[in-house]
Amino acid sequence: MVDFMITVDENLCKGCNICTEFCPRKVYQESGVLNKKGVHVPVPENEDKCTQCQLCALMCPDQAIKVDEKVDEKDDK
Amino acid sequence: MDENRENRFMKYLRKDRLPHIFCAGCGNGIVMNTFFNGMEMAEVDFEKVVMVSGIGCSSRIPGYVKCDSLHTTHGRPISFATGIKLANPENEVVVFTGDGDAAAIGGNHLIHGARRNINITVICINNSIYGMTGGQISPTSPKGSYGSTAPYGALERPFKLSEMVKAAGATYVARWTTAQPVQLSNAIKKALKNKGFSFIEVMSQCPTYFGRKNKMRSPIEMLKWMKEESIVKRRADKLSAEELEGKIIVGEFQNKEEPEFSDKVCQLLEAQCTTGKPSSTRSAFEGD
Repeated sequence: MVDFMITVDENLCKGCNICTEFCPRKVYQESGVLNKKGVHVPVPENEDKCTQCQLCALMCPDQAIKVDEKVDEKDDK
Repeated sequence: MDENRENRFMKYLRKDRLPHIFCAGCGNGIVMNTFFNGMEMAEVDFEKVVMVSGIGCSSRIPGYVKCDSLHTTHGRPISFATGIKLANPENEVVVFTGDGDAAAIGGNHLIHGARRNINITVICINNSIYGMTGGQISPTSPKGSYGSTAPYGALERPFKLSEMVKAAGATYVARWTTAQPVQLSNAIKKALKNKGFSFIEVMSQCPTYFGRKNKMRSPIEMLKWMKEESIVKRRADKLSAEELEGKIIVGEFQNKEEPEFSDKVCQLLEAQCTTGKPSSTRSAFEGD
């Protein structure tokens, strides 16, 4: 499995944290530190729980989230 | 950023204009996503999509989308959309409009578009307040809600937009909230496929004004409120008016087939060109 299945674009995220609240599996967590834009960008802490329902990508108002298909390491090459 | 690390809807957006101007947690972004999702499901050719909008926060959406778009005068997007559709009926015309645009200043254009049953899709993003101008009460603000022009709560009854458009004769009418993006995408898919006037009312959150004035400061609180207060139409039909006080009735209000306006115009033109004498059509002008 690749280690970056979920990507949150820091340049687009405005820190509304809809994803942390509405993810059915609670994959995201609000980060404790502010980034350079002064935004608490959510961190996909529990990525292994993700079922790729794509709800976060659909509900992100800033189009900042990308959820990839799970790729096995041996298929990756 | 790396191309394949971007959101799947990024291919439809003008990347140089992002991040967009909407406040953090604004529902307009969710409506954009659900529209693209619905468009993909309806298998509409993106090249043929024309987006039309009026004035308001929600009307800024077409500016971020990589398609033909028209930003028109306040309240008149449906009139412009009628012209675009009749000039080339091949176009898939989508109107993005807000509640101030569609219900307040453009109310007449909305009901007459529905009466005409022209094949356009109107997506009305209803945030129950005038968000762009500073939180004034709009025609769809719920009774008792606070705004900068109603410090003691709104006294008037709100417009029920979906019911109004249904009564005016639209052939597809649905209302969903931004807290139900999957159902909303399905409704947009059906609306795009429907041949006739399709109206989708999206109850959206405005945390900056509606939320702040009504003790729901964060978008999460607003989304939770909408999710809790929404009730499916099938269940709402069995309840009395008192029980439905303050509830958001969601679901499909109308889904029927009726002759469509641009088809009628095309048929008329065809009949005039093949059977009607050219002199008979010209005489109307010569009489002046």
